[in-house]
Amino acid sequence: MTFFSVNGLECRHGLLAAVRGVSLAMNEGEILALVGANGAGKTTLMRGIAGAHKPHAGNIVFDGKDVTGLPAHKRVALGIALVPEGRRLFTGMTVEENLRVAGAHGRKGKWNLEAVLEAFPQLKPKLKAKAGDLSGGQQQATAIGRALMTNPRLLLLDEVSLGLSPLAVDQVYESLHGLMSGGTTIILVEQDLSRALAVAHRIACMLEGAIVLEGAAASLSRDAITDAYFGLHRAGAKA
Amino acid sequence: MNFLNQVLQGAMLGGFYALVACGLSFLFGVMRIINLAHGSLAILGAFLLLGMLNATNWPNTMGDYGYLAPFVCLAIVLPVMAAIGWALQFLVLDRSLRAGPLIPVLSTFGVAVILDNGMFETYGANSNSLGPFIGDLSFGSWNLTDTIYIGQLDALIFGTAVVVLGGLQLMLTYTKLGRTIRATADAPDVVGLIGVNQKLVFSAAAAIAVMLTGLAGVFDGMRTSFAPYDGGTLLIFAFETVVIGGIGSLWGTLVGGVVLGVAQNIGAEINPAGFQIAGHLTFLVILIFRTFGFKIPLPRLPFRKAAA
Repeated sequence: MTFFSVNGLECRHGLLAAVRGVSLAMNEGEILALVGANGAGKTTLMRGIAGAHKPHAGNIVFDGKDVTGLPAHKRVALGIALVPEGRRLFTGMTVEENLRVAGAHGRKGKWNLEAVLEAFPQLKPKLKAKAGDLSGGQQQATAIGRALMTNPRLLLLDEVSLGLSPLAVDQVYESLHGLMSGGTTIILVEQDLSRALAVAHRIACMLEGAIVLEGAAASLSRDAITDAYFGLHRAGAKA
Repeated sequence: MNFLNQVLQGAMLGGFYALVACGLSFLFGVMRIINLAHGSLAILGAFLLLGMLNATNWPNTMGDYGYLAPFVCLAIVLPVMAAIGWALQFLVLDRSLRAGPLIPVLSTFGVAVILDNGMFETYGANSNSLGPFIGDLSFGSWNLTDTIYIGQLDALIFGTAVVVLGGLQLMLTYTKLGRTIRATADAPDVVGLIGVNQKLVFSAAAAIAVMLTGLAGVFDGMRTSFAPYDGGTLLIFAFETVVIGGIGSLWGTLVGGVVLGVAQNIGAEINPAGFQIAGHLTFLVILIFRTFGFKIPLPRLPFRKAAA
């Protein structure tokens, strides 16, 4: 049975339709990588799924329940968590407080402060540091940890490698590895195609608010994805 | 000696100002709302308490303990004020916040006008005081020396201010509600993503702020007289306290109140009419320093450029 699906979702910023009729379906434990150029609508789609952006049309079904009308905090209670683009930590609070405040309001489950610190050992010495004073990689780890503290069943990772050094990106993905093999359903937005192909079961490529290519990671060639990314398949069709 | 006494009395007055300001400061810190109805809400708190004293007749029926009646009533008025804060958030602040940061200034000004005139309609223009209800407490004092004394009510108010500010600080640091409030103040658009109902947090913050405002109003009514249109004066003192002490800092609020109170009393010592002007001047000077730093921009002298 489908664990999570998006059906004909449309999200707008004023008059601009950023997401135009996107449909997706995922099974539990699946990892989907969302790729696409800047402005393709990836972040808006993620925010729409998390409940941070009110959809204009379409619906979102999570574990058999229509969550389209639910505000973000109620979706968290059901098990949908977003690691937002740009991390958006509570910068004036310590790392520990950032994690605890999320743990206090999310679902109960196996993720707690100890489990998060085990997954992200780089945070251990920084627990009492203000989140705003951390390095980019540590901030990203805190942001992911904060989302995990709510014990999500569907984790949305929006550009976790944005603005990080290659070394920090490696570290973050290393920590995510356990999570990804642990059966959590994940949608991640990733600009690095090799990385997306390496970690995801399935790839969906967005262009101008719509999914133009979707398939199992193993079945898609880099060229096919690149063509879809830049919209070259359409140019090719015209020629 | 007289001068020292003025400083001491000013510091005690500062405790009162800190109490008046902390609701305003707290609401601004959490919701980024400038609540222009702040002073009027304080006066409303005093009127509610006065109305309750008159309605229950407890000051007379409680016999020897009649002077405690205002404090018993306070235990009922504070939750009522909290409920008013909750309602204010749901009916006014939440709606106006959606329209941008300036609309709450207008809407709370409207609330102030409604409250002021509503109280005028209900209670009339007469000055009232809660002083007569608290017995010896309103004038009792401890003599430190022959010329220096500390008023018991002043000490009670100062102590309450310290307890309230310290309690707020502890609540914000160590409780779940406190951490949630700080997270919401930090990033109101993000807390939903960790399962926090932002509107509920704002409502709790407004309830706490208005409750504290009511407490300040009641103390205002005990130490002096109050009338329906007195909210504006309290609002100005609250503003000056917050600006002097630094926005968003709870202990800064106490410092701000003390600085304002001391300045006013020293002004009054220099000239009997100097009370208000000394306070306002101190506020202005600190505001200018805060805006420009200690380097007030002066026209650059030509040799500076050569030196650089």
